Amino acid sequence: MLDDKDRIFTNIYGWDWPTLKAAKERGVWAGTKEVMAKGQDWIIEEVKNSGLRGRGGAGFPTGMKWSFMPKESKDGRPNYLVINADESEPGTCKDRDIIRHEPHRLIEGALLASYAMRAHACYIYIRGEFMREAEALQTAIDEAYEAGLVGKNACGSGWDFDIYVHRGAGAYICGEETALLNSLEGKKGMPRNKPPFPAGAGLYACPTTVNNVETIAVVPEIVKRGGSWFASFGREKNSGTKLFCISGHVNTPCNVEEAMSVPLKEIIEKHGGGVRGGWDNLLAVIPGGSSTRLLPKSVCDTVLMDFDALREQNSGLGTAAIIVMDKSTDIVYAIARLARFYWHESCGQCTPCREGTGWMYRIMQRMVRGEARLDEIDMLLDIGREIEGHTICAHGDASAWPIQGLINHFRPEMERRIKEYRSKLVA
Amino acid sequence: MSAVSHKVDFEQPKDFKFSKENMAKVEKHIAKYPKGRQASAVMALLTLAQEQHDGWIPEAAMEEIARILDMPRVKVFEVATFYTMYNLSPKGKHHIQFCTTTPCWLAGSGEVVRACEKHLGIHLGETTPDGEFHLSDVECLGACVNAPVFQHNGDDFYEDLTPENVVKVLDDIKAGKAKPGSQTGRVKSMGAKGPTTLGEQARKAGIEK
Repeated sequence: MLDDKDRIFTNIYGWDWPTLKAAKERGVWAGTKEVMAKGQDWIIEEVKNSGLRGRGGAGFPTGMKWSFMPKESKDGRPNYLVINADESEPGTCKDRDIIRHEPHRLIEGALLASYAMRAHACYIYIRGEFMREAEALQTAIDEAYEAGLVGKNACGSGWDFDIYVHRGAGAYICGEETALLNSLEGKKGMPRNKPPFPAGAGLYACPTTVNNVETIAVVPEIVKRGGSWFASFGREKNSGTKLFCISGHVNTPCNVEEAMSVPLKEIIEKHGGGVRGGWDNLLAVIPGGSSTRLLPKSVCDTVLMDFDALREQNSGLGTAAIIVMDKSTDIVYAIARLARFYWHESCGQCTPCREGTGWMYRIMQRMVRGEARLDEIDMLLDIGREIEGHTICAHGDASAWPIQGLINHFRPEMERRIKEYRSKLVA
Repeated sequence: MSAVSHKVDFEQPKDFKFSKENMAKVEKHIAKYPKGRQASAVMALLTLAQEQHDGWIPEAAMEEIARILDMPRVKVFEVATFYTMYNLSPKGKHHIQFCTTTPCWLAGSGEVVRACEKHLGIHLGETTPDGEFHLSDVECLGACVNAPVFQHNGDDFYEDLTPENVVKVLDDIKAGKAKPGSQTGRVKSMGAKGPTTLGEQARKAGIEK
């Protein structure tokens, strides 16, 4: 188990105030100027050494992403940092706690990241439902301006830095980075074709990096304690500490910061209070937010919570939102409800996703009752294959994954329901 | 007999102007974006209009926003119809939005919704005849470890709901004395049986480990 002294988010539960004064007592904003004096490339190098991978779901190495940004502007276009706080992946509620209880860690991280990437402005795109959280964040930003930590000559470093909050209005798809940029520009949140990638042409067609809230909020501790400290947790290429959200059928659902590569069983038992009715009552776990394929109990017994271990199991770490389902769960409904989610949240731009998510949802609704044909199980897989890779963004792919997970591990249950429904018709 | 008022017809006001106080906020929002990029403020202005106009955005407000931001009207309409948090028709005095996505459903959101429907005598998507409550179901609100949850009028979250406590919450909301957050007295996203980490901080805050 991770030692308390190695936890970054010491106020994750909001026991202490989120204010600047309290944050400073927790070590936030200490030595920021000194770290900046070491130079922009030093910061990027340290983040690379830490092995930090993006915490928003895709797990792309953060230091490498930052190094794609132009070091000087040849045509006068500014660089931008955009922070993705559009946390909407079902099961995920970690960024909310960072924003409402540790906003200064995020703001300090935004300054360091922007400085490293030669950006003078940062926009934080926060989901519209997080009204109170946006207020808390704005309050913290105002405090930071007042204290000279951001704004002109931020922290006395000589670097000018502005930071703004932009509220969304309830579209899951705006968590996709290019949809987010369109939304930020005042358009419908529809993803853009890549290339050009945001580092070349992002916000207002300027070089832009989009990072998740947690990714940015851990940066100050990484550069202050050193990349090797962060890299000492977890397995190789999966390093660091991570916020996990444990929801569903556990005795004490909670958010918790743990080391990467912690065994799934350990985190559920130690922090989630164990599965309702005991470990043997476990049916399945969705390990990383709704888009990741579910794991049956046999896998949950031993699997480690990191990018590579879960990929080996044909699933993913995603946002590390662990959704636990015990044996009382109607597993077909649980996934059908996710199918409804993806259908509802499709932006409608690409035909395979707009239509396919609806087809899958309607078939899944019938699967819950067993009112289907056996070959429609394969049809679901087929529709998923037709969507995957044929859309502008990954929403289409993500809509197919939960259903594939269900069929891979619970096909007999689906067949049982169909046969039962049929036998009633005959009788 | 139906106890339901569907409110399919409602009147669109002819004019909409931002109040003086909100006009100052409009200027502040526009100033956040580079010169010539004022269209970026469209979402903030739509939200402001909704707050000013009893929780829904009339067409006149969209036209006013298009004028202020120098945008084609259709671009404002596109944005207003794309995002689910913009209400384009009246939603009652208290708009209750239940999360029913899988993590909330696993925690019993179905029973919580049914308890509310029974208590208010309406179904999801309907408004009570007195215009006090409107119930809807929404996709994940992002408070999954405190499931089930609902959001009230697009701001406060009410968390850790049960079929029993949710009825009291609704009554308290009507009486103007409801307390947002966990309804079982738990501390934010900490486990209900106390913290499993951060011993020193817990002791300092007076929370038993």
